[in-house]
Amino acid sequence: MANPQDSLSREHGGIPWKHVIGYILSIILTALALWVTFETGFSTRTILIIIFIFAFLQAALQLLMFMHMTESSEKKSKLTGNTQTGNILFAAFVAIVIVAGSVWVMGAGHGKHDHHKMDSKMEDMKMDGDMKMEHK
Amino acid sequence: MKWDEFFVTGDPLIYGADVSIVLTVIGILFYLTYFKKWKWLWTEWLTTVDHKKLGIMYIASAVLMLFRGGVDALLMRVQLATPDSKFLDSQHYNEIFTTHGTIMIIFMAMPFLIGLINVVIPLQIGARDVAFPYLNAVSFWTFFIGAMLFNISFVIGGSPSAGWTSYMPLAGNELSPGPGQNYYLLGLQIAGIGTLLTGINFLVTILKMRAPGMTLFRMPVFTWSALITMIIIVFAFPILTVALALMTFDRLFGAHFFTLQGAGMDMLWANLFWLWGHPEVYIVVLPAFGMFSEIISAFSRKTIFGYKAMIWAMVIIAGYSFLVWVHHFFTMGQGELVNSVFSITTMIIGIPTGIKIFNWLFTMYKGKISFTTPMLWSLGFIVNFVIGGVTGVMLAMAAADYQYHNTYFLVAHFHYVLIAGTVFSCFAGLIFWYPKMFGYKLNERIGKWVFWVFNIGFNVCFIPQFILGLDGMPRRVYTYSAASGWGNMNMLSTVGGFLMGIAFLILVYNFYYSFRYSERENTGDSWGLGRTLEWATTSAVPPHYNFAVTPTVDSFDPLIKMKRNNVNLKPKIEDIKKIHMPDNSGVPFFMASFFFVAGFGLVFEWYWMGIVGLIGVFITLIIRSFDKNEGYYVSEEEIKETERLTV
Repeated sequence: MANPQDSLSREHGGIPWKHVIGYILSIILTALALWVTFETGFSTRTILIIIFIFAFLQAALQLLMFMHMTESSEKKSKLTGNTQTGNILFAAFVAIVIVAGSVWVMGAGHGKHDHHKMDSKMEDMKMDGDMKMEHK
Repeated sequence: MKWDEFFVTGDPLIYGADVSIVLTVIGILFYLTYFKKWKWLWTEWLTTVDHKKLGIMYIASAVLMLFRGGVDALLMRVQLATPDSKFLDSQHYNEIFTTHGTIMIIFMAMPFLIGLINVVIPLQIGARDVAFPYLNAVSFWTFFIGAMLFNISFVIGGSPSAGWTSYMPLAGNELSPGPGQNYYLLGLQIAGIGTLLTGINFLVTILKMRAPGMTLFRMPVFTWSALITMIIIVFAFPILTVALALMTFDRLFGAHFFTLQGAGMDMLWANLFWLWGHPEVYIVVLPAFGMFSEIISAFSRKTIFGYKAMIWAMVIIAGYSFLVWVHHFFTMGQGELVNSVFSITTMIIGIPTGIKIFNWLFTMYKGKISFTTPMLWSLGFIVNFVIGGVTGVMLAMAAADYQYHNTYFLVAHFHYVLIAGTVFSCFAGLIFWYPKMFGYKLNERIGKWVFWVFNIGFNVCFIPQFILGLDGMPRRVYTYSAASGWGNMNMLSTVGGFLMGIAFLILVYNFYYSFRYSERENTGDSWGLGRTLEWATTSAVPPHYNFAVTPTVDSFDPLIKMKRNNVNLKPKIEDIKKIHMPDNSGVPFFMASFFFVAGFGLVFEWYWMGIVGLIGVFITLIIRSFDKNEGYYVSEEEIKETERLTV
C-alpha cells in the first residue's frame, strides 16, 4: 500500500506554493467583500449577491488549495481525485436543484393562490370586476 | 387510549387477518422449537454478515411483501369489479390503496432489487464481501423492522389512509387523526436508514473492491447500474428523510411546516416528496435495466451491444432524474413556464431510455437465442415497458396531462413501467441467479406457466385501465355508479388481477417443487452461458469467502474469454492463502429491535417508550464503537478442504 504521507512529505521540502497562493487569494476575496460592503453604493440586495459569489468562490478555492480535494489517499488508488471532484460537483448540482428548484416551483404562480395572500387576491378580483363593470 | 382502540376492530377481514397472524406465529414458533432450529436460526441467519445470506433474506422479505401488497391489490379489484359494491367501505379502501402503494415501492421493489444486488454484485466484481459487512446487516435489519412496523398498522392502531404520496393537508392531524399516518412516517424513516446505508456500502464496495484488472469500463452492466443506483440513493434519500422528519414534527410536536395554519406550505410536501420520488423511480428501474442487460446478453450468446452507450445512458439518467420531479404535479398551478420546462426535461429523459431499448434489440439481433424463463421475462419486459414508456411521454406533455391527471390512465401507465420494468426484472433476476443462491434451478416448465399466466393477466388487468382513464374514471375512488358505464372494463381488469394472483401461487409452488425435485448443480456456471465473474466460482453456491483466489479481469465479460482460452477455474494449490473474513454479530438485530420499540412508541405518541427505544439504539452504537473485534482468518487447510484440493 502506498504511504499516505507521501504527498505531504514532498511538500515539506520547499515553499508550499499552493498554500501560499490559496492564502493570498483568500485574503483578497475577503478584502473585496469588505470593500464592496462598506465602500460601494449598491443596494443591500446587490451587495448580498456579490458577497455570496465571493464566498462561494472562496469555499471552492479552499477545497482545492487546502482540503486536498483532487488528491487521493493512495497513489495509484482506484478511488482517484477525479472521483472525489466529480462527487462534490454532483453534490453541488443536486443541492442547487433542490433549493433553487423548490424556490422557483413554489414561487411561480402558486403564490397567487396561497391562502395567506387570499385576502389581497380577493381584493384584486374585486377590482378586476369593478373595472369590467366600468367598461360596460 | 383504550384497548379496543389499540386493536383494530369491527371488520371481519381484519379478524381473519388477526387469526391468521396468530396461527402463523404459533406455527413458526412450534416449528423452530420442535425441530430445534433456534440456534440454527440465530447463528446462520439472524447474526450473519454474509452478503449472500443477507441478500436471500432481503428477497424472502420482498416476496412476503409482494404477497401482502398483492392481497391489497386483489381486495381493491374485488371492490371495483362491480358498480356500487359494498365489499369495502371508503375508509378501508383508502387504507388499502395506501398500504398497497407504499409496500410495493418501499418494501417490495427496493428490497427485492437490493437483495439481488447483495447476492450478485460482490461476486460479479470478484470481491469476498461488501466493504462494510456489519453495516450491511444493519441495513437489512432496519429495512425489515421498518417494514414490520408499517405492516402491523392494519391490526394495531389502524393503517395510514392518505395515499402512498401522503399529500398534506390530508395527511395532517386534522384530516388523518390517530396513529395510522405516524406508522407511514416512522416505518419509512426507519427503513430509509437501511436504504441510505446500503447506498454508501455498495458505492464504496464497487469503487474500492473490484478484482485486479477490472477498471471502471470493464465492470459488467449490472454492476454499473448498481453503482449509479447507489449514487442516486445517496443523493435522493436524504430529501425523503428530511421531508418525513418535518411532517413528523408537524404531527407529533405541532410544528407548521406543511400545515394550513401558521404559515405552513402544504404543497411544499408534494414538492419535496417528488424531489425524492422521481429519482426513486430510477432507483427501482436502473438495476432492472442492468439485470436485463446481463440476461439478454447471456441467452443471446452475444456481448452486449453498445456497452459504453448503455453506461452513458445510465449516467445521463442519473443526473436527469433530479430535473423532472414537477411532472408529478403539473396541475398544482405553478404556471406555464415551470410546466413547459419540466415537460421538456421529462421528454428528454425518454431518449437515453430509448437508446437502451435499441441496444437490447441489437444485442439479440443475429444472436442464438435460448428462450429460457429469464429470457422470456426479459422479452416480455421490452414489449410491455415500451407501452409504459410511450404513455409516459403522453403524460409528459403538461397541457395533455390536465386530462390524464389523477385518472386510471396514469394508474395504468405507472403499472406498465413498474411491473414490466421492476417486477419482471425481479422475477427474471431471481430465476437467473437462483442456482447461485440455492444450488438448483427453478423448474423451467412451471416457470413458463408463471410467465404466460402473469403476462396475460397483467395486460388484461391494465389495458382496460387505460381505456377507463380516458373515459374519465378517477383514481382512488372506492366505488362508482352503474350509470358511468365503467362496470365491464373494471370487471375485465379484476379478472386480469386474479390471473396475476394465480401466477404468484404457481411461482410459490415452483419454489416448493424445485426444492424437492430439481437437479442439483455441480458447476458454478449453471446455465452454461455465464459471461461474468459470479459464474466463475468453483461450486454452484459459492463458499462464504466467494473466491479461494481472487480472479484477474481483462474485459467486461471475463468468463467468456476464460472459457475460450480453456482457463482452469480451479485454484492452484500453491495460490491458496488464508482469507480474512468478518465475524458474525447479533448487534444489528438488537439495534433494529430497539428502533422498533422507539418507532412504535412514537407512533402512539408514548414518548417514554420512544426515549427508551432510542437509548437502546445508542447503547448498541456504543457497543459497536468499542468492539475491537477484527474478524478472523479462514485457514489454508479449510479452504483446500472446501475446494477439494489435495496435495
